[in-house]
Amino acid sequence: MKLGFIVNPIAGMGGKVGLKGTDGKEVLEKARQLGAYPEAPEKAKKALKILISLIDQIEIITCPGSMGEDEATQLGFKSIIIGDRKTNVGPEDTEEAASKMLEMGVDLLLFAGGDGTARNIYNVIGDKLPAIGIPAGVKIHSAVYANHPRSAGEVALKYLKGELKTIREAEVMDIDEEAYREGQVTAKLYGYMKVPYERQLVQSLKAGRPEQEESARKSIADRIVSEMEPDIFYIIGSGTSTRPIMEKLGLPNTLLGIDIVKNKKLVASDVGEKDILKIINGKKAKIIVTVIGGQGYIFGRGNQQLSGNVIKMVGKDNIRIIATKNKIISLGGQPILVDTGDDEVNKMFNRYMRILTSYNEEIIYKVKGL
Amino acid sequence: MAKLKIRENYHQARWDEPIIYELSTPGERGILVPQPEKEIKDESGDILSSLPENMRRKDKPNLPEISQKHVLAHYLHLSQETLGSNLNNDISQGTCTMKYNPRINEKLATLIQHVHPSQDENTMQGILSIYYRFENFLKEISGMDRFTLQPGGGSHAVYTAASIIRAYHESKGELEQRNEVITTIFSHPCDAATPATAGFKVITLFPNEETGIPDIEALEEAVSERTAAVFITNPEDTGIYNKDIDEFVRIVHEAGALCFYDQANANGMLGIARAREAGFDMCHFNVHKTFGTPHGCSGPGTGALGVRDYLARFLPIPTVEFNGEKYYLDYDRPESIGKVRGFFGVAPVVLKAYSWVMMLGAEGLKEVAEISVLNNNYLQKKIEDIPGVDVWYARGRHRLEQVRYNWIELEKETGVGTDDIMRRIGDYGIQHYWTSHHPWVVPEPFTLEPCETYSKADLDEYAAVLERIAEEARKDPELVKASPHKCASNVIVKPEELNDPDKWAVTWRAYLKKHRKE
Amino acid sequence: MDKIIYPYIPNSAPEVKKQMLEELGLKDVEEIYAEIPEHLRFKDEMDLPEPLLSEYELKRHVEEILAQDKDCKEYLNFLGGGTWQHYVPEVCDTINSRDEFLTAYVGAAYADHGKYQAMFEFTSMLGELLDFDVVSTPTYDWGMAAGYAIRMAARMTGKNEVLIPKTISPDRYLCIKNLCKPTIRIKLIQYDRKTGLLDLEDLKAKISDKTAAVYFENPSYLGFIETQGEEISRITHEKDAISIVGVDPSSLGVLEPPSHYGADIACGELQPLGIHINAGGGLAGFIASRDEEKYVAEYPTQLWGITETTREGEYGFGDVSFERTSYASRENAKDFLGTQTALWGITAGVYLALMGPKGMQELGEGIMQRVDYAQKVLSKIPGVKVPLLSSINFKEFIVNFDATGKKISEINRDLLDYGIFGGKDLSKEFPELGNNALYCITEIHTKSDIDRLADALKKVLA
Repeated sequence: MKLGFIVNPIAGMGGKVGLKGTDGKEVLEKARQLGAYPEAPEKAKKALKILISLIDQIEIITCPGSMGEDEATQLGFKSIIIGDRKTNVGPEDTEEAASKMLEMGVDLLLFAGGDGTARNIYNVIGDKLPAIGIPAGVKIHSAVYANHPRSAGEVALKYLKGELKTIREAEVMDIDEEAYREGQVTAKLYGYMKVPYERQLVQSLKAGRPEQEESARKSIADRIVSEMEPDIFYIIGSGTSTRPIMEKLGLPNTLLGIDIVKNKKLVASDVGEKDILKIINGKKAKIIVTVIGGQGYIFGRGNQQLSGNVIKMVGKDNIRIIATKNKIISLGGQPILVDTGDDEVNKMFNRYMRILTSYNEEIIYKVKGL
Repeated sequence: MAKLKIRENYHQARWDEPIIYELSTPGERGILVPQPEKEIKDESGDILSSLPENMRRKDKPNLPEISQKHVLAHYLHLSQETLGSNLNNDISQGTCTMKYNPRINEKLATLIQHVHPSQDENTMQGILSIYYRFENFLKEISGMDRFTLQPGGGSHAVYTAASIIRAYHESKGELEQRNEVITTIFSHPCDAATPATAGFKVITLFPNEETGIPDIEALEEAVSERTAAVFITNPEDTGIYNKDIDEFVRIVHEAGALCFYDQANANGMLGIARAREAGFDMCHFNVHKTFGTPHGCSGPGTGALGVRDYLARFLPIPTVEFNGEKYYLDYDRPESIGKVRGFFGVAPVVLKAYSWVMMLGAEGLKEVAEISVLNNNYLQKKIEDIPGVDVWYARGRHRLEQVRYNWIELEKETGVGTDDIMRRIGDYGIQHYWTSHHPWVVPEPFTLEPCETYSKADLDEYAAVLERIAEEARKDPELVKASPHKCASNVIVKPEELNDPDKWAVTWRAYLKKHRKE
Repeated sequence: MDKIIYPYIPNSAPEVKKQMLEELGLKDVEEIYAEIPEHLRFKDEMDLPEPLLSEYELKRHVEEILAQDKDCKEYLNFLGGGTWQHYVPEVCDTINSRDEFLTAYVGAAYADHGKYQAMFEFTSMLGELLDFDVVSTPTYDWGMAAGYAIRMAARMTGKNEVLIPKTISPDRYLCIKNLCKPTIRIKLIQYDRKTGLLDLEDLKAKISDKTAAVYFENPSYLGFIETQGEEISRITHEKDAISIVGVDPSSLGVLEPPSHYGADIACGELQPLGIHINAGGGLAGFIASRDEEKYVAEYPTQLWGITETTREGEYGFGDVSFERTSYASRENAKDFLGTQTALWGITAGVYLALMGPKGMQELGEGIMQRVDYAQKVLSKIPGVKVPLLSSINFKEFIVNFDATGKKISEINRDLLDYGIFGGKDLSKEFPELGNNALYCITEIHTKSDIDRLADALKKVLA
């Protein structure tokens, strides 16, 4: 078994000192000056430690120094080191390492970092390799990260032992840090990575069947399609939850973008805000949107095309939220968020709304406009 | 005062028991079947030859062949490897109300073993009168006007309620329009599943993150002219009582829909508060929970479904009636939903429940409620003192008969989660606790219900055991994670095989094919 | 009067209660009940009978009520029709009255290992009887099992019509009807008036591309054996529908299991397997099928599977669950789970282990011989027509009293004077067949029992 192991040692340094992320050399320098020290290596070790029972069976392929080698060595793992030791590491080092690991055919990539790190790795491996993230960064919008370092280790352990066979597609998201530091959030959905999916291994006996994500999404799609009315424009949001709707209709889907459908036929693919406004102007339209990322946004993260203006034109009563029940539960009771950048629009959402969770089930959940 | 004791040296029976097929020796017999007399045999001849070839079984069924003593011993071993609630400090199975199941009631139930339900009513006045009387008890306890005792379990009763709601709206010509049922996430999953089975779409309310109870505004968002009914538990599985319950009912009624009260959690409410005063149209009781009848490894039980008079015409047939002289079964109910189970329900369970109420009376039932609530609050105080335990929602408010706790903090600190502790508790002679119904809205949950059956010493023991395990989680997490160590069997190695069509085996023959290639 | 201390409520002892309240800093439990708003409180006393506090008084009271009843031990019984009087081996009662099994519930497979194993063995043995690899944990009864099986078929095929013979048990039909009501249409198939067998022409006329399943029973409610199983299944499969057979497992020592004549799903009743009639409370259903993923995915009940534990050679058990693609058609709603009849499943397992292959065969053969004898004896009674249907019967058969001029209810009332429960009245359920009763004969009946029935009938009809 081969495990790829990458640590972004500087991930998370900005957070403690009030900086929003550490993407960019100047920011990093500033963080250091403010007294930040690397915490990611410790977090990475917490995860790797879980794999100690496989110490004789796994081959760790990692990067020099604090990008993985040090952490592995301290725990007693022997590892194959790729690349050269450097004092200052950057995103290009992460990408280079990931690319080598892909070539060497690792079974799983375990990495520590934040949204930036996930994005770098995604750029290289796409969906070619299963990966799991150890949360260590300031920004963790991407769903490729486990809840905490230990559970990342546990997922890796179970996957390597062959106990987890299900793979889910998890969002890789990032926000523009510069804009973020200025108080504007423009998060983008970059894509989906393959992540081993852990469900409760010990079944609870009275529970019945665990919900199956993909079949839940399909069943949501069945309902949405069955509800579709003639001559209405359906604006289909981005994400894996809306994809089965397009599949059910037999239409091409833009995973990371917005598509428009009318009378079960494609009107336009991967449209921007202006296109949408033009197409639906004066017409009846509905938005089908899902919860994106780990923090529960329906608008303002990963779908900026669905702007305040679009929402105003469609009308708040013509928004259909869909999500699997597990996705909602994973929000831990926190409301679903709306951040369109338009206060007036955001306020429209301060209420309870229906969310379709399967063919014949909906839930009523709190929505909050920022 | 009974001594506080943690059963450190406990070990459950572990017989390393073979599968029954492995005990088989061809030729052995467990019991002989009474043979027809010679005259009969002579008269009927080779009766099997009268069967057409295609209906006559060619190979004997592959059943084990075992002498009687060895069948008995085998099942005695298996029974010893099962931790019934009469044997252990079964505070564990929260939401299940694991009461003492009195032996006397088992004895009394044998009196009706040989009654056939199609007997002439004149020959079953006794058991019919038990039905009638027990129905009257339930009417008094709930304030409802009629009950059916036909359903075989709690979910079955809730399903019957959904069927009646369907019939009600159909009778008003509104069924097509009213196709949504509203429930809450902390109500039992059957409050969503059974209306779905009955053809409704289900709308689930999530709790306010502070109060643990859904906001009125959430309900208002859900209620519309499409609403057929609300199915709701109170107190919910968190143990929190919804003080606005009558307001919920009012809003739902105003929309022309019905209100069903899931009273699986009734134990703390007997004689204290009733479905009627809160305005409900229907309610149900899990007789095998609240009324002290045994759970039987999961049935047979009885779900008693109560309705207000305007819904009585939809009840399943037959109902048990009394005309002043005679008890009788009434099948002549043209608007009935039909049947949900053969005959008139699980009579032995009804009999045991009748007997249980008769031993307590009105005052005793109230004592049941009060002590179960007292026990719960006492236990909660002890459990909340254990570092690593927390209780979500409604801080500072009393829970009634149960509490949903969580180990979120302990799990973060040690990596030992609720499933691990659930298994470990078995090593101290206590049944694995109930975590929560799915989905886990509260992470790392566990739900305890120390009903009136449990003594103060039981409560102290239970809290002490959990405290001990939390300590173990900090000192030696692997000990807890690899548990149980002293139960009837060890932890399963490959749970994933149970989800793998090539590996799962629900019968021995499937196991032999898939795992032993036989 | 002193405060009552209830034997079932340890903390009803005042000094303990006081101590606990003190630890909570409370004066009264009422302070906890302040959670419930005043206007929702029940302020009256519940109007219930005075309690019978001592166990002795209670026992006497219940015994007195039930002493009015007659039962099938005291009377000679010929009632069946959905629950049947068989001999219950003592070991069955011994096992199911053990507090370990009797009072367990949903504990996990470690502390309740024995419960899981016993249930697994039950499904294993029933699977052999049925020649199917998958058997459900027990459900409420045959009627609910049949309804569930039909809903499974509808989900699997995405179709929503089921065909059922008119000879089905009316009780079971009502259960199925209610379960099917939201989405599945039921069409009843005619039967041959002479034999009771399914009218294949009517089946062919009614089956269509909308048919999800054809359900029939063997032995049928009216006692005859449906011998056209292969043909019915063939016609069913031609339309890509699912063949479901409801079966009384006590017949399977001598009759072919449904899987051998094309059934895709079997269901039926466990009560004959070691469970007392219990005034109708002994019912427990089952569902079984081949071990195909698309079938397993649709079971509404729990399925418990065998696996291995960390200790070499040790069996472990757990829930076989469904984390995989669902074949379900989502337009058809799912079913519900809950407390069903696990204890009866364990009991049926004990029964099958005791009986073994030979026992089940002897049981079936002996019943058929007695039925044959009884039919011959009864047919000699003037005015009595038996058999009414020219089919082979298993343990029940129709006795026709048209020529006697007496109603079944009258005959049965008169038979009571002879200490006999006559057969179930069919005159309302199947008026088209005449004035009939359904008589049930099992291994408990001796020759003299049957002769006694014949004598009594002669006198009653005289």
